[in-house]
This record gives sequence, structure tokens and C-alpha cells, in this order.
Amino acid sequence: MLEYARWKHVLIAVVLLLALLFALPNFFGEDPALQVARKDHNPVAADAEQALEAFLRQRNVHFVKSYIDSGRVMVRFANVPDQLAARDAVEEQYKGTYITALSFAPRTPEVLRMLGLRPMPLGLDLRGGLYLLYQVDVNAAVNQALEGYAQDARRALAAANIPVKDVTAVGAGSDKPYSVRIVLPPDADLKAGRDALAAPLQGLSISAESLASGSAITATLTTAQIRERQDYAIQQNIQTLRNRVNELGVSEPIVQRQGIDRINVQLPGVQNSAEVKDILGRVATLEFRLEDMQNNAIEAAQTGHVPLGSKLYNHTRFGRPVLLKREVIATGDQLTNATSGQSQEGPAVNVKLDARAGENMLRTTRQNVNKRMAVVLIEKRRESSEVGGQKVSREVTDEQVINDATIRGVFSNNFQITGLGAGEARELALLLRSGSLATVIYEIEERAVGPSLGRDNIDKGVTALIVGMAGVFVFMAIYYKTFGLVADLVLLANVVLLTALLSMMRASLSLPGIAGIILTVGMAVDANVLIYERIREELRKGVSPQAAIRAGFETAFSAISDSNITALIAGVVLWVLGTGPIRGFAVVLTLGIATSMFTSLMGSRALLTLMYGGRRKIARLSI
Amino acid sequence: MATRKVWYTLSAVLMIVSLASFFTRGLNLAIDFTGGVSAEVRFPRAVNVDDVRARLTATGFHEPQVQNFGSSRDIAIRLPPEAKQTAAEVRARLEAALKSADPGVQVAQLDVVGPQVGNELRVSAIWALFFTLLGIFLYIAFRFHTWRLSLGAIFAVLHDPILVVGFFSLTQMSFDLAVVAAILAVIGYSLNDTVVVFDRIRERFETNRRSPPDVVLDQSINQTLSRTIMTKVVTSIVVVALLFLGGPVLKGFSAALLIGIIAGTYSSIYISSAIALDFGLTAEHVFPTVKKAAFEQP
Repeated sequence: MLEYARWKHVLIAVVLLLALLFALPNFFGEDPALQVARKDHNPVAADAEQALEAFLRQRNVHFVKSYIDSGRVMVRFANVPDQLAARDAVEEQYKGTYITALSFAPRTPEVLRMLGLRPMPLGLDLRGGLYLLYQVDVNAAVNQALEGYAQDARRALAAANIPVKDVTAVGAGSDKPYSVRIVLPPDADLKAGRDALAAPLQGLSISAESLASGSAITATLTTAQIRERQDYAIQQNIQTLRNRVNELGVSEPIVQRQGIDRINVQLPGVQNSAEVKDILGRVATLEFRLEDMQNNAIEAAQTGHVPLGSKLYNHTRFGRPVLLKREVIATGDQLTNATSGQSQEGPAVNVKLDARAGENMLRTTRQNVNKRMAVVLIEKRRESSEVGGQKVSREVTDEQVINDATIRGVFSNNFQITGLGAGEARELALLLRSGSLATVIYEIEERAVGPSLGRDNIDKGVTALIVGMAGVFVFMAIYYKTFGLVADLVLLANVVLLTALLSMMRASLSLPGIAGIILTVGMAVDANVLIYERIREELRKGVSPQAAIRAGFETAFSAISDSNITALIAGVVLWVLGTGPIRGFAVVLTLGIATSMFTSLMGSRALLTLMYGGRRKIARLSI
Repeated sequence: MATRKVWYTLSAVLMIVSLASFFTRGLNLAIDFTGGVSAEVRFPRAVNVDDVRARLTATGFHEPQVQNFGSSRDIAIRLPPEAKQTAAEVRARLEAALKSADPGVQVAQLDVVGPQVGNELRVSAIWALFFTLLGIFLYIAFRFHTWRLSLGAIFAVLHDPILVVGFFSLTQMSFDLAVVAAILAVIGYSLNDTVVVFDRIRERFETNRRSPPDVVLDQSINQTLSRTIMTKVVTSIVVVALLFLGGPVLKGFSAALLIGIIAGTYSSIYISSAIALDFGLTAEHVFPTVKKAAFEQP
């Protein structure tokens, strides 16, 4: 008698139905689409989306559908010329309000989309696009912090009237790395020196030694502090890169940390790498400066006569020119954090400076209440242009006043900028943070795939998958007859399950990933073959068909699990150590082993029990 | 088992040829490991490869490798790494040189890998190989209780990738990250066969304690033979589909898989159990308590 618990049948049915649902969005394909987002990062309102639709209709641009997806409008088109026409029209009409990006949108029906079901995202090799890998100079970030401590130490010693021979910041690569070294002359009071340094060098581990030429105090950053500083530098850079990538208007960009000191940026659909890298590679800093209230900025802008000690800024976020005093109160590398939040007066940006900038700010605000202070964002980038057929690249500095506000009270290193809209506050916080990026990043890897090559890759991968699967199906059906067809069904279920898992994980599918799926199909057969060969053996021994099926599953189990575990070891190692497409392959391989264990052990047993189970009399098996 | 000397010799010859080729000819490492520039460009009309090469050399690129790829309009270019250049500059110079050959040129794919990334990828590939081998050794030793079988498995595991590497060295096909991934998959799957055979050996020893080991091993291999061949045929169907239909990106990957599968089938049938036998494998090694239990029974 052949039996299989009812709950297992139910479990398998539920799992497969869910899998079918999650895998479903992948079978609809994609349309060319236009993604429209607001420049100020606010979500697009429903009526603005209606207006956009009306505008496209009025311009006679045909589109299939338009909808709001995570705050952005997606417009789908039947073909690429329509898509391009729409882009040009929208860019022309809404230049100031929207940024547009060409992309693809799945043709998934609305019901599925509402349920949050989406197809697997495609990797850059399948979609075309640009991959960049940046190296962050984390040591520079640590050195910067050390320079800050060194400066504080000098100031504290001078304030306490202690003579100093030398104060140096010692960076990585020396025998006492990541420390500040203070050398005092022989007659100096070492104890007084240490006392004076206690406050500015708080948190560092301090040691003292006497030298022939005097005594030395060494303050070393702890490992945790170094780590924190490095992480901070990476986070800052990621934030800044994200900010700038958004400015590019690319759809579904990825900016993520890779390893200790790398950042990888993936921009689907982007072709012109020079333009992108000009924008991403900018070096930015900030300056907090007082506004020159004695002179009239508009007059200065008209006459071109700028008063001494001030600088004129025509380029501001708020449209009118300003005159700023030349003295800098604080700079971007002294900014430790800027976040947008709420205050009693509506949206605000909370700004935090380090202690030194705080002192400066305290002194300045005490004397200048009710005067105005501005923030200037200074960006350096390389611009290449063609002069007489030769590519010339030169450094360009952009200075822009991003905020200008009245000083309402005395404050030091912790203050708020208010009087902004919610979107503005968010953007100002981003800009401030991007201006505090002082560490250098440089590009170490670039991979670009053209869109037509991406299409080619998909077509080839899918063809190989279909042909390979068809070959396996036919072969199994011929060799194992009815049981072969059961194996084919199980294989199909395996591919559906694997697709569903990958769609749920939102793991992007690359060409090696497709190869992984194909390989899984080939390998998943193995479990069925092991079971069927065992069943044949049992039948040869003269065992009854139903007992043979049961024995087949039972005796094959240890071989199936052992052989899958060894393959799993290879898959997991690749998953952990691999990057990019290799990791994609490993993910598919590993998941494929898991799903094939499930489908071939449970799925095929359930199916065979349905066919041959119960108390039926079965004369022979078609195997 | 009687013919095992013949198979040992064949394996030894293949491995010696592979290793000799690896140490003398080396591998044609892709830019994944060496750093450098690799580009695929499409011209609107057929172009002369030598002309493109001459133009690249004139622009100051050292030793550019220029090849037709697919059709006479498609060209693959490979440049060695240059220490003090950013990817952006390389790209600009490359595009300028290509445009001078034909302004309608389109860059279908461009990879620029810094030398330091190349180095790291090489190191992480070696680590991946190491950890995979280690994990598998430990698992086999744990599951089958005896180093004799482990040794057989170790040998099979080393045998297959060495032949794959040898193949890549002899043909000078481009050896990239995807090939490394394929080799690791081969290691996993080649073991798969060996493990199935070992599983059967364990079972045969359990039921047939009196039979001499070489008979048991022969029986085990023959009983699993149809499964081994069946699985490999089916897997080969999909891998061959990948090889011929998957396009140039997956060519190396699928070639490595195919060679690995063939080598793996061979080694698990003819080599791994034979080695265990030559190191004196008997039933007691797999079931240490068997003999004792037999005596204690009244």
C-alpha cells in the first residue's frame, strides 16, 4: 500500500499555488516606459499625474498606461519612438519641475501590481547600463579627524600657557599610527600639559614618555574610533553618491557599500558614462558665512561693484543675489550631521557641527543676532569639452548659496534651520551632507553594457533555457515513460518555485543567473533519476509496484541528501565570497538545490501517490 | 577494479599534460584578474582589424589585442592595464581612436578593471576554491567515517578542476570569473557522483560483509552506473544548449562545465573508489563496530 499524509499534499498544493502567483509577473514582459519624478524629491500628486496624462494626449503622444509608483509617475508605451517623443515633450514643458528617465516597466496587470507582486529585476548585463566601483580613501578620513584633534590640542595648550615644541598628527603607515603626538620642551610641566589636554583629547588613549629633548604625549585613536570614522566616511559618500545619482534621474539605481572601503554604483539604462562621472565625481564642501547687510546685493549685481571684504553670489537657490562676508564661520568637514525633521515652525533641518566650529559659531552668533547667515555649497568637478578636435578637461568650481536665514538667537554646534517646505528641508539636509564629503573617492572599475547587447543576452539566455528544458523533458519522457512525465512536471514546478523565490527576494537576474537556472534544471533531474533507478531495481527483485515506489524513495534519500549537500557547500562559498554576477549565479544555484530537494522528494512522491496510491491493484509500472 | 591500472595511467597522463600546460603556457587570464580594458564595439560597416589596431597604437595604447568577434562588423578589443589612468580617460581616448576609423561606431560593452581590483578578484577566487575543498573534505570524512574514502574523494575533486584548467590552458580560451564559478560548480557536482557511489558502497558493505572489498566496489559502481550516466546525459543536454545558444558571454562558463562533467563522470566511475581500495578499504572502515558486534552475538 502506498500512502502519503494528507497534510503534505495540502502543503505542497499551497506552496505551488503561492509560487505560481509570485512567479506570474515574470511572464508578462516589459514595455518601454518613462519615469517622471519631481526635482525636489517630493512625491508626485495624483492630480499632477492626471495633468501629465492630459498633456501627453494633447501633444498626441500615444501611451499605454500611466500610474504612480513610489512617488513617481510611470508612463508605459507600446514602442520606443513614442517613449522618446514623450520624453522630449515632458522635458520641454516641465523642465523646472520634473526629471525624466527612460526605463522599462513590466506589463503586469494592475491587480498583481496592487498586491505588490513584481517580476525579477534584470541585472545590468541584461538591461544595459553602467557599473562603477569607487574606492573611498578611508585613511584620509581618519587623518582629517586627527588633524582636528591636533588643532584642538594646540589651542588648549596655548590657552593654558604651556610651551609646546611640536604637535603632529600621525596617520597610517608609521610605527605609531592614528595618533596625535605632542612634544613639550624639557622645562615644561608635563602634568599641567596632560590636564590641559584632557578635555580636547577626550576619549583617546593617552600615554606619556620622557625623551632626551623633552617629554612627549601620544594620544591614540582606539580601534573602535578608527572604525567609526571610516564607516562615517563611507556612509557620507554613499549618501552623496545617492543624492547625485538621483539628480541624474536614472530609474532604479543602486548605490551600495562593497567590502570595507568600496562603493558600487549601478545605473541601468545609462550610456553616456562621461557625463555621469562628471556629476558623480564632484568634490563638494560647504561654507557657513555671514551676509553683508551694510551693502545692497542687487545694486552690487547691477553695477558689478562689490564692496571690499565681501563676495557677490548671483547663483542662489532662492533666485536673488546675495553679498556674503569673506570670513568663514564653519566648513563642510566640520559638519557632523544634518537631518531633516519637524520643529514648532514646521519642517526644519537639524545641523550639528564639531566642537571647534561650535565655538566659532557661538562667538559669531553672540555678536550677530538678527543678522543673516548663508550656506554656500562649493563643488569642484572636471569638465571635458572638445576644442579643435582635442578633448580638453579642466577643473570647474561651482559655488551656490543653498540657504540664507536670520540668526534668531545665540547657538553653538547644534542648531536648526527653519522656514522651509518639507521637500526643501529634505533636500537641504541632503545638500548639507553632500557638502560635508571631504574624503576622496576614485573610480577603480567600470563596466558598461549597451542596451542592444542586453537584449541579445536575454534572448540568448531564454533560448538556451527553453531548448535545454525541452531536451531534458523529451529525454526523460522517452527513458522513463509515465514516470518521466511525472519528473517533467516536477521539473516545471521546480522552475516556477525558483522563479517565485527570486522574485520575492528581488534579487536581480543576470546572465550567469539564467545559466544557474538552466543548470538547476539539469541537476534537479538527478534526484528523480536516483529514485527511479531504485524503483527499477526493486521491481527487478520482484517487489510489488507500490512497495517498490515506497522503497525507491526511502533508499534513495541518503544519496540525494549527501550529494546535494556537497553541491550546496560550493554554492554557499560562492554566495559568500563572490561579487556581482558570480553572486547572482551562486544565489540561483543555492536556491535551486533547495527547491529541487523539495519538489523531487515531496512533489513527485505526492504525485505518484495520487497516481498509484491507495488500495488500487497495480499490475505493472510504466517506468 | 581489475582494470584500474589502465585508468590510473590515463588519468595520470591527462593530469600531467594539464599541469605541464598550466606551468608552461599558463592561462589566458581575462581582465577580471589582470586588470585592463576589454571592449566590444560594433561598426556600421565591415572594418579592417589591422587598421583598428594601428589606430589604437597611434593613440598611445600599448599592445592592443584586436579581434573579430561574431561578424566582420563586431570587434573585440583588449588592452593591458595602465597604472596611472582613470577609466574615464581610457574610455575617452578609446572612443576617439575608434571614431577616427568610423564615426558610426557603437560601443556595445566596455569594461575597465583597475589592476588592484584584478588582484583582489584573483585572491578571492583562490580563497573560494580553498573553502569549497575544505568544506567538502570535512563533510565526506564526517559522513563516511574513513579517510580512505575521503582520500578517494579528494583525488576526484582535484582531478576534475585540473583537467578543466588544463583544457583552458591548452586552448588558451579566456579564463574569467565565470569560469571560476563553473569550476566550483563542477567540484560540487563531481563529488555528487562520487558520493552516490560511496553511499552505495556503504550499503553493500552493510548487507554483504563477507564479500571481498573489490567485488563490493565493482557491484556498487555497476549498480549506480545507469544513474550516473543518465544524470550526466541530461545535464549535458542543458549545458550543450548553453554552450551553443547562450552567446559569447557564457561560452567559457559552459565549456568549463561540460569538460568538468565529463571528467567528473569518469573520475567517479574509475578513479575515486579504486583509490580507496588501494589504500586498503574494508567493511570495518565504514562500519567500525561491525566486527565486534558479530562476535558478541550468541
